[in-house]
Amino acid sequence: MRREPPTSVADYGPLVFPGVMLVVFFVVPFSTMIAVSFFQRDPAGFYTTDFTLDNYGRFLSLFFGRVLGFSLVLSVLVAICCVAIAFPFTYLLTRQSRMVQTVWLVALLSVLSLSEVIIGFAWSTLFSRTAGITNLFVWLGLMDEPVALLPSFGAVLTGMVYQALPYTVLVLYPALVRLDTTLLEVARTLGSSPIRAFFNVVVPALRNTLVATIIMVFVFALGSYLLPQILGRPQHWTLSVLITDQAIYQSNMPFAAAMAAFLVLISLALVGLTLLVGRRENAS
Amino acid sequence: MRGTFLRRLYFFAVGLFLALPLVVVAGVSFNEKQDLTFPPIGFSLSWYGQIFADAEWRRALIASVLLAVSAAAIAVAVALPLAWFLWRRIAPWANVFQLLGVAPFILPPVITALGMLTFWATSGFYGQPWTAAISHGIFFVTLPLVTLSLGFASIDRSLVEAAATMGADDRTLLKTVVLPLILPYLVSGYAFAFVLSLNEYIVAYMTVGFTTETLPIKIFNALRYGYTPTMAAVSIFFVALAALVFGLIARFGDIRKLLGAMASEG
Repeated sequence: MRREPPTSVADYGPLVFPGVMLVVFFVVPFSTMIAVSFFQRDPAGFYTTDFTLDNYGRFLSLFFGRVLGFSLVLSVLVAICCVAIAFPFTYLLTRQSRMVQTVWLVALLSVLSLSEVIIGFAWSTLFSRTAGITNLFVWLGLMDEPVALLPSFGAVLTGMVYQALPYTVLVLYPALVRLDTTLLEVARTLGSSPIRAFFNVVVPALRNTLVATIIMVFVFALGSYLLPQILGRPQHWTLSVLITDQAIYQSNMPFAAAMAAFLVLISLALVGLTLLVGRRENAS
Repeated sequence: MRGTFLRRLYFFAVGLFLALPLVVVAGVSFNEKQDLTFPPIGFSLSWYGQIFADAEWRRALIASVLLAVSAAAIAVAVALPLAWFLWRRIAPWANVFQLLGVAPFILPPVITALGMLTFWATSGFYGQPWTAAISHGIFFVTLPLVTLSLGFASIDRSLVEAAATMGADDRTLLKTVVLPLILPYLVSGYAFAFVLSLNEYIVAYMTVGFTTETLPIKIFNALRYGYTPTMAAVSIFFVALAALVFGLIARFGDIRKLLGAMASEG
């Protein structure tokens, strides 16, 4: 059946329920949050209606600057680690049989769907003194006695790479599945080793995909809020943790909302950038 | 072959990285005493029994399942008519709704969570169990929306045309031709939303965290008072459940196709 433009009011019928739901429960909450970011804090309740820029003014503090800087550096590191591991992996995966691919995809999806709480719990067990990986090292004779590897920056980074790795593979997968292999075959026929062919042909061909993926994973990592709390020290807290902390424990909703609005702006700008990069790839 | 060996090694390393924490957690969950040791001392399944036997864990499990069942239903109920309309009609401005459906999933989750918190606090329903179901339903609407858009795109339009020529109106068309064709996509969309809702923490915490404990909230709260093997058992239970659901989707559908098109949509 050909698609037709709606002609009568009744044709719009199917749109009513989704439209109302999305507007009432997404657009309105989102706008409320933006509005609250201009309100005054009310220590006794949630907030009092007002128009003030004070909440945004607090961004200028050294503390906020440090948290923001840390969040950005951490997310960049996570994104780079994930893409460095996932890109060759996904490339090799797409060259496997359907069966092997399916099994890996199911496993990746299962890990991806895991609650951050569970990931945090699992890694804190693995890095703990009593049940952790250092017991294995002691058994192998590499260490004298088991030690706790957390809380530490390394633990936070590892946990977040673990969380974002399946996401990275699933973002890269479609692009690598559709990769035209003729160029690669040419390189191989002309005598390139598989590894050289990979770096000289596959990597340049997907340069824009790589950039877009790094940005997507960066935004994904920005959203991590429990792992820094479970695996790190307070100085390893990210913007997401700070927002939660201000909203729930300091009951300073307006400041939390202002930070959230700021996070939205960063994320939207970056997602917009990926769309731009993607468009250039399609055009070329 | 050196190349094959290197490839195997690389796959093994990635697999090990992904599996290691889960293996240790599984080991811990079999401990006989309430110690957190690995390798486990003794072997016992009693911590798995605890999930169902202990009143608090059972309450959290029931709350989580109820939330996931209703949230996934809401997500599908919003996504289905929207995807149908976008497939059936030419209305470029309606893509705004598609964008709205995908947005909560792409933005950092804390934003949706805080938006929902301010909204429910302002409207005075803060803490009601059903507010979490609606919040999750909207938060995860992306998943059924993407799978259903994919499902509609795979329908051969001439089939529907034939039915229309025979005099079927939209309602009959939907019931007899379209729905049976997109059913696998509907089910996988529901399953994706269900599993993710079951595991979701921050939105649930900010909406009903002080009145209801879902399993992830319960685990996190318990974490502050020290570790118990029950937490390990619950974690393994969740991993197994997710693997089962995605395994079923792979068994009865084409998960490669589903994922190949999913990211290009998003």
